[in-house]
Amino acid sequence: MTLTPSQTVGPFFSHALPYAHDWELVPDSYAGAVTLTGHVYDGDGAPVPDALLELWLGQTGDRGVLRRGSGLVSGFGRCATAADGSFRFRTARPSGPYLSLQVFARGLLRSVLTRVYLEDRPDPLLDSLEPARRKTLIAEGADGRYRFDVRLQGDGETVFLDF
Amino acid sequence: MIHPPYLSPDYRSTVLRAPAQAPVAFKGDPDAIELTSPVFGHDEVGALDNDLTRQHEGEPIGERVIVTGRILDSSGRPVRDTLVELWQANAAGRYAHELDQHPAPLDPNFTGAGRCLTDSDGRYRFVTIKPGAYPWRNHHNAWRPAHLHFSVFGRAFTERLVTQMYFPGDPLMAFDPIYRSIPDEASRQRLISAFSMDLTEPEWALGYTFDIVLGSTPTESS
Repeated sequence: MTLTPSQTVGPFFSHALPYAHDWELVPDSYAGAVTLTGHVYDGDGAPVPDALLELWLGQTGDRGVLRRGSGLVSGFGRCATAADGSFRFRTARPSGPYLSLQVFARGLLRSVLTRVYLEDRPDPLLDSLEPARRKTLIAEGADGRYRFDVRLQGDGETVFLDF
Repeated sequence: MIHPPYLSPDYRSTVLRAPAQAPVAFKGDPDAIELTSPVFGHDEVGALDNDLTRQHEGEPIGERVIVTGRILDSSGRPVRDTLVELWQANAAGRYAHELDQHPAPLDPNFTGAGRCLTDSDGRYRFVTIKPGAYPWRNHHNAWRPAHLHFSVFGRAFTERLVTQMYFPGDPLMAFDPIYRSIPDEASRQRLISAFSMDLTEPEWALGYTFDIVLGSTPTESS
């Protein structure tokens, strides 16, 4: 069958796609919570104020995907960037070395999919990349506070994946 | 090629946002978490979340439409219990979004956002109003054809799809750089809904069908 092609998310989704506590995969009180913050930049290094990011841990968890219930962990989170291009997530540590991150924006006719590694370590994907590109997938930080920027184009362009 | 190339200069916003490097092919890891997707509980979506005409005190202005279809995998099998999100402009072509500057009226009875889960046959259904065309400043006299935005999850994060549904016979599609960014004509046709007299309800609403076919994951095709 002919697959359905992608189209841009456009600039006007923030009345529709964000939802309450969408960026909080775990509650504030969760022991061992990881905070992941960063910015999205375009090819001029300008912040992207109208991107939507989605984080996936690989398991649905028990907190709910859309309605954050009383469980401890949801596997999915969503965050629209602020006017300065920033985003944030509070999440559990993934069972493996990385989290999956998908980015949508005006001007992206198809989403881009990348990985956030919480530490640099031997890994089939990381080991296949040149050092400069490998670096783009590794979050900076420790002790539960990490930074990860997404550069859509140009210097330091984030590695995006095709499965 | 099914999807539009990231760099489609006629759509100006792609020029500084399209990745310059090709995506890195990473296949063959059956444990990659990208091959899985969230599982949605039916209690997470309200019974009326798929009716965009019943979210306020009064009814929205516009041409009432029923839009339904099936979410399928590339083999034509239904994708069950997956989340479908829909958002759109109102009948005058204005979004309920603070940054939309189009000098067309807002409708206090229309937000333009809905969602539902597919049933055991992969089917979703929305009731809404037909959105208006609107200008968007991409080039001189640029107008978007009437469209509904769709977001679908599918069975794998790699299948995650955001797209737009168009209405048959809209003369603006021929001038629209976003629609025309899709290189292949058969793929473009996938985004045009079909009018259905069978779905149309007498004295009530026009019916349109729109199926969405998601890409298979490497695991499924191997």
